[in-house]
Amino acid sequence: MQIEKLRSEHKLLTEFKYDLQPIEKGYANRTLYINLSENHIESQPVTQFMKDKFVGGKGFGLYKLWHAVKPETRWQDPENEIIIAPGPVAGITQYPGTGKSLVVSISPLTDMIIDSNVGGYVGPFLKFSGWDALEIQGKAEKDVIIVIDGNDGTVKIEEAPLEAVDGHVLGEQLTEMYAKDEDDMRNVSVVTAGTAAENTLIGLLNFTFYDTRKKVARLKQAGRGGIGTVFRDKKVKGIVIRYAGTHGNMNNVDDIAPINKAGITIHKQIDKLDDVQCRMRQVGTANIVEVMDAYDLLPTHNYQYGSHKDTVKIDSHTFIKNYLSQNSPDGCWYGCSLSCAKAAEGFKLESGPYKGDKVCVDGPEYETAAGCGSNIGVFDAHAILELNFYCDTYGIDTISFGTLTAFVMECYERGIITKEQTGGLELTFGNKWAAYELIHQMSRGEGFGKIAGLGIRKMKDVFVNEFGADRDFLNDIGMEQKGLEYSEYMSKESLAQQGGYGLTNKGPQHDEAWLIFMDMVNNQIPSFEDKAEALHYFPMFRTWFGLCGFCKLPWNDTTPESNATADEPAKMPEHVQNYVNIFNGVTGLSIDRDELIRQSERVYNFQRIFNIRMGKGLRVHDATPYRSMGPVTKEEYLSREERYDGQLKDIIGLDPTEMSLEDKMAATRKHREAQYEKLTDAVYKRRGWTPNGVPTVEKLSDLGMDLPELVEVINKHL
Amino acid sequence: MIQVNNNPFPYDNNMTISDILKKKKYMDHMIVVRINGNHVRPEEYNTKVVKDGDDVKVIHLFGGG
Repeated sequence: MQIEKLRSEHKLLTEFKYDLQPIEKGYANRTLYINLSENHIESQPVTQFMKDKFVGGKGFGLYKLWHAVKPETRWQDPENEIIIAPGPVAGITQYPGTGKSLVVSISPLTDMIIDSNVGGYVGPFLKFSGWDALEIQGKAEKDVIIVIDGNDGTVKIEEAPLEAVDGHVLGEQLTEMYAKDEDDMRNVSVVTAGTAAENTLIGLLNFTFYDTRKKVARLKQAGRGGIGTVFRDKKVKGIVIRYAGTHGNMNNVDDIAPINKAGITIHKQIDKLDDVQCRMRQVGTANIVEVMDAYDLLPTHNYQYGSHKDTVKIDSHTFIKNYLSQNSPDGCWYGCSLSCAKAAEGFKLESGPYKGDKVCVDGPEYETAAGCGSNIGVFDAHAILELNFYCDTYGIDTISFGTLTAFVMECYERGIITKEQTGGLELTFGNKWAAYELIHQMSRGEGFGKIAGLGIRKMKDVFVNEFGADRDFLNDIGMEQKGLEYSEYMSKESLAQQGGYGLTNKGPQHDEAWLIFMDMVNNQIPSFEDKAEALHYFPMFRTWFGLCGFCKLPWNDTTPESNATADEPAKMPEHVQNYVNIFNGVTGLSIDRDELIRQSERVYNFQRIFNIRMGKGLRVHDATPYRSMGPVTKEEYLSREERYDGQLKDIIGLDPTEMSLEDKMAATRKHREAQYEKLTDAVYKRRGWTPNGVPTVEKLSDLGMDLPELVEVINKHL
Repeated sequence: MIQVNNNPFPYDNNMTISDILKKKKYMDHMIVVRINGNHVRPEEYNTKVVKDGDDVKVIHLFGGG
């Protein structure tokens, strides 16, 4: 790598120097603002108001973005921002899963607020460098990198014309360029996008952490909602953060004793139980492929079906046996004993510009195995890793890529689009070579890849307006909501999960609520009120992780033995108490479990009103495609005929033996759509919203969020 | 008839927890089992006999997404 040659072409556009100061109880107490249009950099204070109302992380991101944009601002406008913010807890090393950042922007897919969480060292290093958030506004004229040195107290914007754009190359280049020596590489973390992020609307951000054993910059992703597309539209090629000197109490916490106590307990628990529970340390989140298949929940052929005979070829045992390194310290932040960040080393690529190269692939996560595997009919572990690699390095979201490719393949198989429209690509389920070519076209900005890269919502417009497709049918089978592609779970048999996807702020991403087992398998929440309570509690609880800098996985992907006798085992009460104790230990506050939820409610309602301010966020936007609720086609119905006929008889009170297939499908649809509407009513009521999904003044007042600018927005809808 | 997760389920004489898990095709790990509210330890699944009319809860502690 000719690092000196690359560096020699850099042109310093501006440099900002700042005083180094210690973190106080989890907060650096200032944020870093960068305007790329004006090459302006400044420090802004974190106020007590911000802490009280927004906590940190995603809360700070939303607060900053609210004040940066107008209601009519869209993703490509210069005033749109990308805000990266860890939270007050981020960077502690005593408890697993404490290195997360939240990234907030206006999405090119949804035209409203997107937030995406991500691991890697960027968030903690940003805070240790003196910043609770990095706020990037404006657009550069030419490709730039932003360099933050947390030891020197400098921030620079440099033109960087020669560096690669693809993430796996750029991550290595910038790590080597800004590390003082090989040992210092662990102190450098980089943000990249990739070439396909420039040519699609599904771009992601890679956050690196340097793996000293594998000697490679590993990639973790802020995947959802196209933030990488915004990043490249601003002509940011990369962000480098260097901080040397990480130790166990960087946050200068108020009281480390409860943090240590919680950490020791859960480390012992993981050591004892992970091998017989989720096996995160062996395979990461892909451990659930075979479980989803067994319960008919694994999306297959564009969510038509929930299982497949060939799932064994892509299950966790296959990845462990043939690809994933074992016994490796795979935490994406120091101290994470759950270590889910698995990697396939020496993986030989069989397509594209890097064909023949042996690379390190991070993953696959479950979402990638399902989205780039079963959902597109590719039951080939190598192909999943190949698509995983190219999605990451090209800078596009594996979930959106998988789900939109599944949609395209179903359209192709049903004759809605043909070879003529795809430029010769035979996009049939299972054709991995067609999937490869599609992703390479996205990287090059060519051919059908350019259309597919628009995402399902905009593709539907193209198919209807230019190819004469049936709008209603595409709306039924196109698995997007609010413009965002669904993540990889079948929700047909779980009404609560239909709400978990649909009744969300950013769109159908499972990180708000994953209730399938609680609902469909355990039947713990049978009534509408039960489901509504779950769709209040769990989204609020999970939102809190993103305010603080926590990862979700150590909450319920490792189970304490005390859960066997807990009153509400799904909530993992022992772990919830750990989080309360850690938050209080870091900040010196004294919240309890109820206040934890209220902290989230403030931010959650703020985000809802932010969407309303942008012309979204109402009931009409929470409608979901019918395929998320039930069988769209005859093939789907007939594939689970016994189940659906049984429901007609037992739940709806009809005799299926006297009905035609069409009538049975119509009756099923009518019932399921009505159920979703009833669920929506119940959830809105529980959340303190009107039947149109608008937070009430009373609710805001109760939360201490009846701020004039919020009340002004909702008053137009009350 | 017994109740399994709030749904009626046919009762067989000498039915054990393991029998129920097998018939319902439930996973046998990462679950909590309760009979009439009383916790059943995993080592008892093969021997714990369910009585007609019992209320059985099989709670999958599966984090998922």
